[in-house]
Amino acid sequence: MSAVQITLDAVSVQLGAQQALKGVSLRIAAGERVALVGSNGSGKSSLLRTLHGLVPPTQGQVTQAPGVRQAMLFQRPHMLRLSALNNVALGLWLDRARGLNWSAAQALALQALQRVGLQSVARQNGRQLSGGQQQRLALARAWARQPDVLLLDEPTASLDPHAKREVEALMAEFACAPDRPLTLVWASHNLGQVKRLATRVVYLEFGQVMADLPVADFFNTALLAECSPAAHAFVQGELS
Amino acid sequence: MNTFTDSVLTALNLVTSFDPALWVVVTRSLAVSATACLLAYGVGVALGAWLAVARFRGRGLVLVGLNTLLALPSVVVGLVVYLLLSRTGPLGFLGWMFSFQAMVLAQFILVVPVVTALTRQVVEDVERQHGEQWASLGAGPWLRSLLLAWDERLALLTIAVTAFGRAISEVGAVMIVGGNIDGFTRVMTTAIALETSKGDLPLALGLGMVLLAVVLLLNTLVAGLRRWGAARHGRPAAADGLVGVQP
Repeated sequence: MSAVQITLDAVSVQLGAQQALKGVSLRIAAGERVALVGSNGSGKSSLLRTLHGLVPPTQGQVTQAPGVRQAMLFQRPHMLRLSALNNVALGLWLDRARGLNWSAAQALALQALQRVGLQSVARQNGRQLSGGQQQRLALARAWARQPDVLLLDEPTASLDPHAKREVEALMAEFACAPDRPLTLVWASHNLGQVKRLATRVVYLEFGQVMADLPVADFFNTALLAECSPAAHAFVQGELS
Repeated sequence: MNTFTDSVLTALNLVTSFDPALWVVVTRSLAVSATACLLAYGVGVALGAWLAVARFRGRGLVLVGLNTLLALPSVVVGLVVYLLLSRTGPLGFLGWMFSFQAMVLAQFILVVPVVTALTRQVVEDVERQHGEQWASLGAGPWLRSLLLAWDERLALLTIAVTAFGRAISEVGAVMIVGGNIDGFTRVMTTAIALETSKGDLPLALGLGMVLLAVVLLLNTLVAGLRRWGAARHGRPAAADGLVGVQP
């Protein structure tokens, strides 16, 4: 069995008056591709932010195995008014654990751009790239930091179908890379994408985990109806 | 021709013939406001960027105070600086009363809240939307405030122009602390007030024209910067909501 990289023990998160997560317990092992699904406001983004340490748990504990590195991708990536190359290089330069100087960061950034097929726009202003290119640029920025776990918050939600396919293909490539396979945890509303990419599906409702199943079981209608009527109703609603 | 038309024609003649009396005052005005704005910009941008990302007890009160200072009447600033610089005041030892420095100090105090508040707004808007992305990449609050402020440099440039407009067009503070001394502390706005009261309307009008021209130039610059920003970055600069320069 693969090593557990991140553990959540009865994690609750309170954001102002809203209870974003309630007693969530999860174990995420190396090589898993975990899709977080649920309606808007169900706690998917809060869970990702808590996993990444951007939101501290109000109760419970998040434990990360020693040496495990994370990177996170957001729905709308923010690029500075710099070239695509320098945006990636800046992400590397900010990684204090690696302590890279600027020229080393730029050299690695160029490799990352090649990895996502953006080397031809390396000198272009990162802010002027299309939505799909910016998301690939954000993937390059995240990948360049050599994470073991990649967290993605609805990475394809605001993209056109073509860009969606490109980003999805990169996610699959990163997850299955023979040299450095990544563990993926991502929030998605796209059940087709979940079916194609995930090995495991976690269904959230009102900040609680209502179902946590292997992908085949999650899409087995009869089984899901028996295991989690709430998740079953959600899937039926999404597919209808 | 009536008095107004006569005055306008004489004023135009003064402006186009580069009348020394007029241009000395114009040059001094520009020097005072540029110096004050340069100093205020350095302080205001650093303070505003820090306020945008800093979280501390009483921050809300600080922001309310800051926003209140935006509407600070220039005569009140003049009065406070007068009290500070008067011989018995805490800064009386500087001997700055009725000097170039006194006018710079007054305009600096007037403009710092403008630069701070607008910078805070611009950087905080970006921080609210994207700050956590940079935090996730390892940028702490200070570095984030610098990165985001630098990234919004076009908006900050617009703020600088707005601040300069506020400084150059104010009259109350420089009148009180400068004293409107001919050949020494007389600037455009104080000269306009004086010449009008003396009935020398052509000179007052000529100065008014130059002041309007400066403000027009600044607003054109702001509009140009916005267009350039939109063309270069594909969307309007963050400062689009900012007010223009008012005389």
